[in-house]
Amino acid sequence: MLAFTLRRALQAIGVMFAVGIIAFSMFRFAGDPVNQIVSIDTSAAEREAVRKSLGLDDPVPVQFVRYFGDAAQFKFGVSYQFRQPVSTLLMERMPATLELAICATIFAMVFGILMGVYSALKRDTALAKLFQAVSLIGISLPTFLIGILLIYLFAVTLGWLPSFGRGEVVKLGWWTTGLLTLSGLKALIMPSITLGLFQMTLIMRLVRAEMLEVLRTDYIRFARARGLTTRAIHFGHALKNTLIPVITVAGLQFGSVIAFSIITETVFQWPGMGLLFVQAVQNVDIPIMAAYLLMVSLIFVTINLVVDILYTVVDPRLRSTVGRAT
Amino acid sequence: MTEPVLSVRNLKVEFASRRGTLRAIDDVSFDIAKGEVLGVVGESGAGKSVTGLSVIGLIDPPGRIAGGEIRLAGLRIDNLPPEEIRRIRGKRIGMIFQDPLTSLNPLYRVGDQIVETIRTHLNLSETAARRRAIDLLAEVGIPAPEKRIDGYPHEFSGGMRQRVVIALAICAEPELIIADEPTTALDVSVQAQIISLIKRLGRDHGTAVMLVTHDMGVIAETSDRVAVMYAGRVAEIGPVQDVVRNPLHPYAKGLMGAIPTLAGDDKRLVQIPGSMPRLSAIPRGCSFNPRCAFVFDRCRVERPEPLPRGTQSVACHLYDSVPAESAA
Repeated sequence: MLAFTLRRALQAIGVMFAVGIIAFSMFRFAGDPVNQIVSIDTSAAEREAVRKSLGLDDPVPVQFVRYFGDAAQFKFGVSYQFRQPVSTLLMERMPATLELAICATIFAMVFGILMGVYSALKRDTALAKLFQAVSLIGISLPTFLIGILLIYLFAVTLGWLPSFGRGEVVKLGWWTTGLLTLSGLKALIMPSITLGLFQMTLIMRLVRAEMLEVLRTDYIRFARARGLTTRAIHFGHALKNTLIPVITVAGLQFGSVIAFSIITETVFQWPGMGLLFVQAVQNVDIPIMAAYLLMVSLIFVTINLVVDILYTVVDPRLRSTVGRAT
Repeated sequence: MTEPVLSVRNLKVEFASRRGTLRAIDDVSFDIAKGEVLGVVGESGAGKSVTGLSVIGLIDPPGRIAGGEIRLAGLRIDNLPPEEIRRIRGKRIGMIFQDPLTSLNPLYRVGDQIVETIRTHLNLSETAARRRAIDLLAEVGIPAPEKRIDGYPHEFSGGMRQRVVIALAICAEPELIIADEPTTALDVSVQAQIISLIKRLGRDHGTAVMLVTHDMGVIAETSDRVAVMYAGRVAEIGPVQDVVRNPLHPYAKGLMGAIPTLAGDDKRLVQIPGSMPRLSAIPRGCSFNPRCAFVFDRCRVERPEPLPRGTQSVACHLYDSVPAESAA
């Protein structure tokens, strides 16, 4: 078990190294960074001085090792646009993105599993068919359109919810949260739904398909032959077996929720990392872009690792094969 | 004679399909007495398993019981509401399925599955149910049951898992056990152990057993009586030694001819030509007539009804001396 975890962790570090190379190469291929920093009328000598002070005249491998070493300590250099350390900027924005992503995922899991279980157990009811139809819409409508439609309905027409921003936030140390104020919670509703809708439909369809599959298995038939109650069979035996693939997908999707929050954050002007990234792209602010890339892949890799470990917790078969293999 | 534990009368089971209704079980009747083992034998698709499933009330749509009645110790059970038949399943009728590898939920410890079943049917505390589960595992021959009870199904071999499945089937002392091909998925040496276990349990507890199999050897070894099924009907039923030594129905004769003997005579095994008809294309008259060596005109027109013949009962026109009017 420990060896398995260690092996997976090593693989994760390998992935991060590869991402680091890509992030670093952005600096080399997206034009001369010095041009981004200095103004047009800076003299050549001054440019050279800037170049030297940033270490840009060193050989490429030296620069890479320096970049990677700094990145490992969460030092991503200084933003061209804001003239502030990138790590400070990201840390300021991260709570907003994480809160949004977590709320969206909880929304997606709760409703996805409920709707999925319902539409598997009551396959032929009108409500189950409605869920199926809604899930098609959720899967095919682009995120920004859903966001704009929600804004039009609940912010513009009905005026119930704010159309942009995070509302009032409360500071808890370096973390800022919108969960403790009414306006913060209200502001969270629409972005969470917009961001979570795709995941919700995905989870719903997955739960439905898996549940139907599990209900056909021999051990469910045998559980029925043992006279267990329908409730025990559906929610004790079938649901637990259904949840294994759901955990994987939901876990892996959490990474893409964070990555795709770029669009939702833009639509709702949500002050998170995604919005920061979009602004950085507009201003060719490469340190922010590279740092964002590294951060998102770090989150992805970490989630993968956690899902792998969670798997072995849920499924006893995996636990012992893992134990045997190592 | 006392009331049989299980009494099936004129059972009909139909499956609705796109091309009309298929009749999987047609007019099947049999009884099983207390402590008796009835073997049900036949080719794949003869309706053996469907008969077992309809007794325990597990025929799923599009299938349905279309006629006849099933009585458990006098109580009619084929038309009970789902909740009441659910209470009977596992408590008064235990079932053992073919594949022990897939019969147990892989995510739960075997002990939890047994305790869950016990507590569904008997009013026992968690600890009492667990003690009973250990006793049951010991009874079905699992070594060190107090340790193994906390194992997961994948930690058991196929034969051991089938023992767990049997323990689950008998955990509420049922009056009837339906064993649907309990040994088919096991290797031969384990088969013999499982068969003798089922036999022993039936004897010790006075449980009636309906043993569904396509293995005549298993039937000959275990059963008191045997029912030979063909295309959803009972072709012949009778005490096992009579049916094995002196089969009456041409199909039963064919089946017995297909058992290799250990005597070492190198006679070729007799083969029944052709194969069983599909449910959608059951021939008129006797469903066995296209494959029967003794076929005559009446067989192609009129369906034979079961006729008593000594200790046996056979559905074949060969044994009916009275010519029917429709025979022309």
